[in-house]
Amino acid sequence: MKVQEGKTTPYSDQSFATEPTGMTKFLRTFHLLQIIRFFVLNLKIMRIVVGGHS
Amino acid sequence: MAKVLILGAGISGHTAALIARRKLEKKHEVIVVSPNSNYQWVPSNIWIGVGLMKPDQVKFALAPVYKKQGILFKQAAGISIHPEGDSSSESGYVKIKYTAGDLKDTEENVSYDFLINATGPKLNFAATEGLGPDKFTNSVCTYDHAAHAWTNLQIALAKMEQGEKQRFLIGTGHPMCTCQGAAFEYILNIAFEINKRKLNHLAELNWISNEYEMGDFGMGGAYVKSGGYVTPTKIFAESIFKQYNINWITKAGVTKVEPGIAHYENLDGEYLTKEFDFAMLIPSFAGVGLKAYDKLGEDISAKMFAPNGLMKVDADYNPKPYEDWKAADWPSIYQSPCYDNIYASGIAFAPPHPISKPMKSKNGTQINPTPPRTGMPSGVMGKIVAENIVDRIKTGSKEHPHKASMAQMGAACIVSAGYGIMQGQAAVMTVYPIVPDWDKYPKWGRNISYTVGEIGLAGHWMKLFMHYMFLYKAKALPFWWIIPE
Repeated sequence: MKVQEGKTTPYSDQSFATEPTGMTKFLRTFHLLQIIRFFVLNLKIMRIVVGGHS
Repeated sequence: MAKVLILGAGISGHTAALIARRKLEKKHEVIVVSPNSNYQWVPSNIWIGVGLMKPDQVKFALAPVYKKQGILFKQAAGISIHPEGDSSSESGYVKIKYTAGDLKDTEENVSYDFLINATGPKLNFAATEGLGPDKFTNSVCTYDHAAHAWTNLQIALAKMEQGEKQRFLIGTGHPMCTCQGAAFEYILNIAFEINKRKLNHLAELNWISNEYEMGDFGMGGAYVKSGGYVTPTKIFAESIFKQYNINWITKAGVTKVEPGIAHYENLDGEYLTKEFDFAMLIPSFAGVGLKAYDKLGEDISAKMFAPNGLMKVDADYNPKPYEDWKAADWPSIYQSPCYDNIYASGIAFAPPHPISKPMKSKNGTQINPTPPRTGMPSGVMGKIVAENIVDRIKTGSKEHPHKASMAQMGAACIVSAGYGIMQGQAAVMTVYPIVPDWDKYPKWGRNISYTVGEIGLAGHWMKLFMHYMFLYKAKALPFWWIIPE
């Protein structure tokens, strides 16, 4: 999501928060990487599902 | 022949009903009592609330599914449980009242051999003056509420398109409510939709929550590996809000809402207000108001239920300070300590204590989230309760081989942060276990290798995939039972 650049208000809560860089934001919707992450994350969830109850 | 009675057809009750029916021989009876005619996939209500799905896409009629499966369905509300029967009957029964059809308002006593209370929560809007879709705020807790929220959101968006600034207030509507995740999803989706319409300059987005810090989510927060660090979810949540230009107020318990104004108290004991044009605040949850009576007709509700109306199960309810909380406090089979043929699963069971640390304001008001049990944990509980009952019926044993304590169970939560096959995003969060076990995992409270916090398009695909997959499963279509909870 491309949010319009806003002004940082010093000492506001937002001013102390981390913010993703342009590259991080690009990678979040970069299809090739996201296809891989889709399978990786599904596997991680399945690991929890399988081990989560007996 | 055994009779299994299930109160409620939400994620937990419906899962229990389908599993019990599939695993029990046809001579045994499975009965579901629910006041609603439809099943709803609650996690997708968020998308109704921003107009990207219609209610028909997240719900379906229960009666045809139950008819096909051989489950007896009664569209009625449970009124009271009579575990010992009464002067004319030895077997336990539940008094129900029909909510639709020719029998509407008729009462009936439904006997059982095994009872599962999976009634879910009562959305307790009344606990906060002025809260709720009938008053001054919106809700996304049901598909009807979410559709109503979308109607009001469209009005706000139309005003923005005409150049009018709008203030949005999203979060928790009571000092002790849960389900922060749903509110979190909703504010991100609103921000996404506003950005899509290029109206950011006219939007003031505010988050208000009873969490001590951002990213608590009612589970005491979590730690995730990210960018070469192990960071608390506070960093993760704040980063998303900063990116979406959302302001936040934490440590806040909303106590009253008036048109356009939310009154809240914070942990410093200050009484403050926040103005809004559009608000969606989650209500607190309570039990649905079931009563219980013994054979002589004496009210035993206080024995079977916690003060908030949720049913006591095999948990340790002895009050103890936060520092003494243990994983073993949490129930693993969800069996009533009073009657061994009664179980409570999903939101209907009373947690032994919160997961987040209890906090009190200087004025003595408790302001902290209560434990989340929606979605995946509810389904797992419904499953193991049904499996244990099936085992008891088949073997006659009172053993419970299937266990699912929230202190030993993981959970995955996919938080939508914008809808769209090519540009949508969602935050994928997994934790294991849900309740931190500081004895077993002294460093992070949980198994850090199982914990994930990641935002991206893959998360949106996963949430969309799960929407269709779990509706397929809930409709009991071919091979539904392969899909895990």
